[in-house]
Amino acid sequence: MNSTDTFAQLANGTALPWAEVPAWPVAEFVQVTASALERGGRLCAWFGVAEPAAGPALGRAQAPAAGSALGQGAICLVAVVAFDAENILSVGRSEPFAGKYPALTPLNHQAHLFEREVWEQYGVEPEGHPWLKPVRRTAGTAPAVGEFFRVDGAEIHEVAVGPVHAGIIEPGHFRFQCAGEEVIHLEIALGYQHRGVETALAGGPHRATCSQMETVAGDTTIAHATAYATVLETLGGGEAPLRAQWLRSIALELERLANHTGDLGALANDVAFLPTSSSCGKIRGDFLNLTALLCGNRFGRGLVRPGGCGHDLEPARIAQALERLAAALAEVETAATWLWDAASVRARFENVGTVYASQAAEIGLVGPAARASGVVRDVRYDHPAGWHRFAQAPVAVWSGGDVLARARVRWLEIQRSGQFLREQLASPPEGAVREELLPAAPDTLAVTLVEGWRGEVCHVALTDEAGRFRNYKVVDPSFHNWTGLALALRGQAISDFPICNKSFNLSYCGFDL
Amino acid sequence: MLTLLDFILRLALWLVLAPLLPGLINKVKAWVAGRRGPPVLQLYYDLARLWRKSVVLSTLASPGFILAPAVAWVALVGAALLLPLGPAGTALGFRGDVLLMIYLLALARFCTVWAALETGSAFEGMGSVREVSYAVLTEAAIIAAVLSLCVNTGGLSLGAILAPSAGAGAALLAGGLFTVLLAENCRVPFDDPNTHLELTMVHEAMILDHSGPPLAAILHGASVKLMLFSVLLVQAVVPLGDLAPLAAYGALAGGVLVVVVGVGLVESLLARFAFRQVPFLLTLAFLLCLFALLVAWKGGAA
Repeated sequence: MNSTDTFAQLANGTALPWAEVPAWPVAEFVQVTASALERGGRLCAWFGVAEPAAGPALGRAQAPAAGSALGQGAICLVAVVAFDAENILSVGRSEPFAGKYPALTPLNHQAHLFEREVWEQYGVEPEGHPWLKPVRRTAGTAPAVGEFFRVDGAEIHEVAVGPVHAGIIEPGHFRFQCAGEEVIHLEIALGYQHRGVETALAGGPHRATCSQMETVAGDTTIAHATAYATVLETLGGGEAPLRAQWLRSIALELERLANHTGDLGALANDVAFLPTSSSCGKIRGDFLNLTALLCGNRFGRGLVRPGGCGHDLEPARIAQALERLAAALAEVETAATWLWDAASVRARFENVGTVYASQAAEIGLVGPAARASGVVRDVRYDHPAGWHRFAQAPVAVWSGGDVLARARVRWLEIQRSGQFLREQLASPPEGAVREELLPAAPDTLAVTLVEGWRGEVCHVALTDEAGRFRNYKVVDPSFHNWTGLALALRGQAISDFPICNKSFNLSYCGFDL
Repeated sequence: MLTLLDFILRLALWLVLAPLLPGLINKVKAWVAGRRGPPVLQLYYDLARLWRKSVVLSTLASPGFILAPAVAWVALVGAALLLPLGPAGTALGFRGDVLLMIYLLALARFCTVWAALETGSAFEGMGSVREVSYAVLTEAAIIAAVLSLCVNTGGLSLGAILAPSAGAGAALLAGGLFTVLLAENCRVPFDDPNTHLELTMVHEAMILDHSGPPLAAILHGASVKLMLFSVLLVQAVVPLGDLAPLAAYGALAGGVLVVVVGVGLVESLLARFAFRQVPFLLTLAFLLCLFALLVAWKGGAA
């Protein structure tokens, strides 16, 4: 392997001129990416960038039946690969092409959904992709309509769930192939929440962009807003004031606390264990109210702004936050203890919905789902940016990969986030909370990873010659992890689907964008 | 004339009091969780609301979709009327009525499954399969329990076998019948009456497509069934025949209340079982009833 086969390296929260991103002919690029992933890399993002029409078209693309209007001109593929052990990110791209290219998926399964997404968006066909179908069906019929993987046999029955669910949750379609109570295969069809987030960002940032980024996945407001703000600050060549970074890290952990607590309660509710279920709903509200104490909004809207934070935290409110935090943490400890002490609950969680460490690595799981399979993978630790360069919480890992492991990781993270908040709230850095944002550099690629409560939130921005967004890629952790849920269900009882689903608790709108 | 009046009074008692029990269970659960909970009379409000609603019919469904819930409701109320009420005895009792009660319960189950399968829905198919496979074990337990009572007293009518003490096997019988009560009435740990998750439902999945008055009949029938099992359990265990009439009525009402609170506490403190664990618990219930039968059969001689 010669030196021209390596990607350009950069750290989390830094930028690189587009000209310095190495390019290969597309077939070679696929091989180079595959070998990077082979060396222990992890595919954070894989997306297409449309070339200006001036470039020589290599032939008209075959737009898929459900493809979007974009499916015409030449594109170049961009890969962002993370080397967690070395704490570096690397970027590479293909030369512009159109039509077909040899698929990466057969070489590495992490690319599976990414290649389908690019095919859907630009009409470039990955040849040899084992399961080429739209990921969101942005045009044409609904996601639930279409071809699904089928298992044949007289004993096999198919169960279709959704897109309208019995609970007040987002829409998504689940297709089970079952033999009696046992699930042989689950296929998930999403796209009902597609709002065109990335399309709306082209030519941006616009006035509404920051508010839109806060609603990419409403329960991950802080993580997405922080990633977006960091991208803009990086493109401007600077970073947010330290006090703003500190405040963002506090809000991020509060978001984690609220969601993990809510999920423990929801898991208890799905096995009809009322004590924890009843109290966790209330305690989640306490954590959300703590976020409201920071910025006036329970989901943290309006707190993170490009250039800093929209609100400051004065000593009186810090004291109040510490007091309320201690009370809520004590309550959640009681509620969690009930859960772990109940043998009937353990019987439901143990050895259900197992994702093995090898599977987790193969499909590129992120966040608590990966850590519950024994994979040490946490952006705050592997690729620290912002305040996490100065203050860290230990990575919470549990082996086993079952529902119990995912619940235990949530609980460990609740404890460690609580400890982190206690330490950080007690020692705030001085200074301003917001500075003026510098204009974005032209023709530059910026990459930011943030460890949201579900896992790695990845934002990649590419600017044009005027410093506006030429392309903006958002990868929600759910995009990586939905495949993990499908794998977890294999060989499980279909009645255990709700607890498996809840233990991942993935976002539909974060996936659908 | 007096018999007719007696009959009407009993019918009214069953029909009017039955929906109170689920309300009481919910109150207990709310109390344990520190919530206020829905009103005790909530099921009455729900029934009144459903009765006024129209019915949504699947194009696939035959008239059996409407007929089956009606038949099931009549079967359950009929089975309830066979039961004696403490010192008042039975209105319809005859030799061998205990068999009729078991068959009426089976008929009600058959009709619920029939109506569920009429819809052709995957959820209802799954719910039916689960319901029927549970029933194989619960019916065996009920039959063993009834046999033990018959052997104990030498009677064959419900009035005769329920009045005296259940003898040495009373504790076994209480454990077995209480477990059967939980399974037959879709309570935790067998089913979760509050769940919204179709994939985990048993009884709830079977009635997903019902609406309006047929759904009201199903819900009311389910409450009658809960009361039937509670009354049966209390009379099987407590020797009401040995008490003065007033004390016997008090013991019956108090016993039903204890059962209801017990169901509420189980539901508050226990998680639901995985489906693969359920047969073990039901087999345990069957064995408890079987040992009660052995005690009744051999216990006297020993």
